[in-house]
Amino acid sequence: MDSGTAVATPATDERVARQSLLNKLLGRPEVGALTGAVVLFVFFSIVAEAFLEWNSLATVLYGSSTIGIMAVSVALLMIGGEFDLSAGVQVTTASLAAGMVSYQLSLNVWAGALISLLIMLAIGFVNGVLYVRTGLPSFIITLGMFLMLTGLNLGLTRVVTGNVATDPISELDGFATAQGFFSSDIEIAGVQFDVTIFWWLLFVAIASWVLMRTRAGNWIYAVGGSAPSARAVGVPVARTKIALFMGVSFTAWFLGMHLLFAFNTVQSGEGVGNELIYISAAVIGGCLLTGGYGTAIGAATGAFIFGMAEKGIIYAQWNPDWFLFFLGFMLLVATILNSWIRRRAEVAR
Amino acid sequence: MNAQHGDPGSPEAADERGPQPPLVRLRDVGKRYGKVVALADVSLDVHAGEVVCVLGDNGAGKSTLIKIVAGLHAHDEGTYEVDGRVVRHGSPRDALELGIATVYQDLAVVPLMPVWRNFFLGSERTRGVGPARRMDVEMMRRTARHELSEMGIDLRDVDQPIGTLSGGERQCVAIARAVYFGARVLILDEPTAALGVKQAGVVLRYIVQARERGLGVIFISHNPHHAYPVGDRFLILKRGRPLGLYAKSEVTRDELAGLMAGGTELEELAHELERDLGATDVVAEFEAEAAQIKGRPDSR
Repeated sequence: MDSGTAVATPATDERVARQSLLNKLLGRPEVGALTGAVVLFVFFSIVAEAFLEWNSLATVLYGSSTIGIMAVSVALLMIGGEFDLSAGVQVTTASLAAGMVSYQLSLNVWAGALISLLIMLAIGFVNGVLYVRTGLPSFIITLGMFLMLTGLNLGLTRVVTGNVATDPISELDGFATAQGFFSSDIEIAGVQFDVTIFWWLLFVAIASWVLMRTRAGNWIYAVGGSAPSARAVGVPVARTKIALFMGVSFTAWFLGMHLLFAFNTVQSGEGVGNELIYISAAVIGGCLLTGGYGTAIGAATGAFIFGMAEKGIIYAQWNPDWFLFFLGFMLLVATILNSWIRRRAEVAR
Repeated sequence: MNAQHGDPGSPEAADERGPQPPLVRLRDVGKRYGKVVALADVSLDVHAGEVVCVLGDNGAGKSTLIKIVAGLHAHDEGTYEVDGRVVRHGSPRDALELGIATVYQDLAVVPLMPVWRNFFLGSERTRGVGPARRMDVEMMRRTARHELSEMGIDLRDVDQPIGTLSGGERQCVAIARAVYFGARVLILDEPTAALGVKQAGVVLRYIVQARERGLGVIFISHNPHHAYPVGDRFLILKRGRPLGLYAKSEVTRDELAGLMAGGTELEELAHELERDLGATDVVAEFEAEAAQIKGRPDSR
């Protein structure tokens, strides 16, 4: 520690050093991600002229929202100390279920969506109960769920449709309203913003409220930080964890509905690998892999970084092949930065 | 030395304390695990505003005793009274409801969470109804700060992760939490065991403050140097049986240490060392100490 800051704080309580404001800021989980987002934004603004246009911003935000909706619940689960490797394919499962049920039974698409929701919540419940009952790492349980769902998605779709994609559902009842709800554009000052952006922001706001201001939020931090301690003071650990797994499945359903109503038909092999993107977004946003630490805002910032990188590379007219390399690099830098900042903030207290 | 073991609840003792029954009274309590007798014939009273120290080496039955008082295990023999009424706890929650709180060594705190969140964890205060139901964060912050400063812990910032506090401070937060949530009897399981001298001092001062607030404290320790300054009475356990129950006036710290170690064992140890090492200063010291302990009036 440099002596300058220490000398600069006489008079008042010597323990409450002035620098603690900066440290407090640095101690926030999302600071690393925010810094990264700003750097990235400036970078792409310089290398890609089109990046600064409002339409580009809308595109970037849309890309961010499709990652961010999932990153919110994945971050909550991670703060609660667990992983869900099945998060990526769950999105596809949700779309397939709603699409096929609606088409095969000629239902109103809202009914199909509701049935899909029930299926998804059941999947999340199974993930959670298996974790709680067996005590196995969630990594293993959700890896199993990931493989099973990947197989089911492909297998059932072929059995039902004889194909690798679902039949189009745009002729069914309720399609227009469902599309309006899950996948429409909202015009602001002449720029079309996809409605998912607003859903995303709403989910982030709700998750932040839950984490910061509700008992459930206190429990989420506690079960991730130290489950035995949480149990000892009466926190319902099993219920909290199961609810977190179901939260991931809920957002998977929501994103699945968006994809279904945006594209009318779904490929059964989609979604594989996306779970790692959601987890990366949460980690870049400052969530600790070991649980007990992180914020929803951080995860949203992580998703925004992904959105910027994904579209920014295109605006800069680079080959999109570089995207994954770039993300991997971001992930490493962000994680190293985060852990360094946190250690520094804690030591400096 | 006048050991009062075997008659802690005599009518005279009750008169001294007035008509109020002790908060916790154990009479000839015992516990078996299968064939193993983990605890036998333990009698103990804990009054309000009193620190009772339970001392003993590893395996002496200290943890079994606190598990019975804390409601983790039910006793097999004897009686257990709270406020003069016979009880038989089925779970720690039963004990908690009667105001008997236990602070275990691992403390049940979540290191990454702020102090105030830890303080109220599992018993969060809320206001509002329905979806607007939220934690009363301001009240919880204020209360945590107030309760801690009441007990002499002046925290810079109740928002700091509890993991950044020292071991002694963390111990104190756990105790303050138990007190705030209505504990009348505090069971402290080796609160100073993992602490340095200075931090142990912080915790000991805190124990005294809890006593002054009128709580009954059961302080488990294997360190007579920690127990003696704060204790009012000392129960010494050995191999699951009481070796003696002393008021502070009846025993000195060195005697307490000697009783815990056991004079006979020291003598045996000295012989063994002599056989292995030959006669050295160390062995001579041991012999002297053993002789001193054995030379005292019978501890029973």
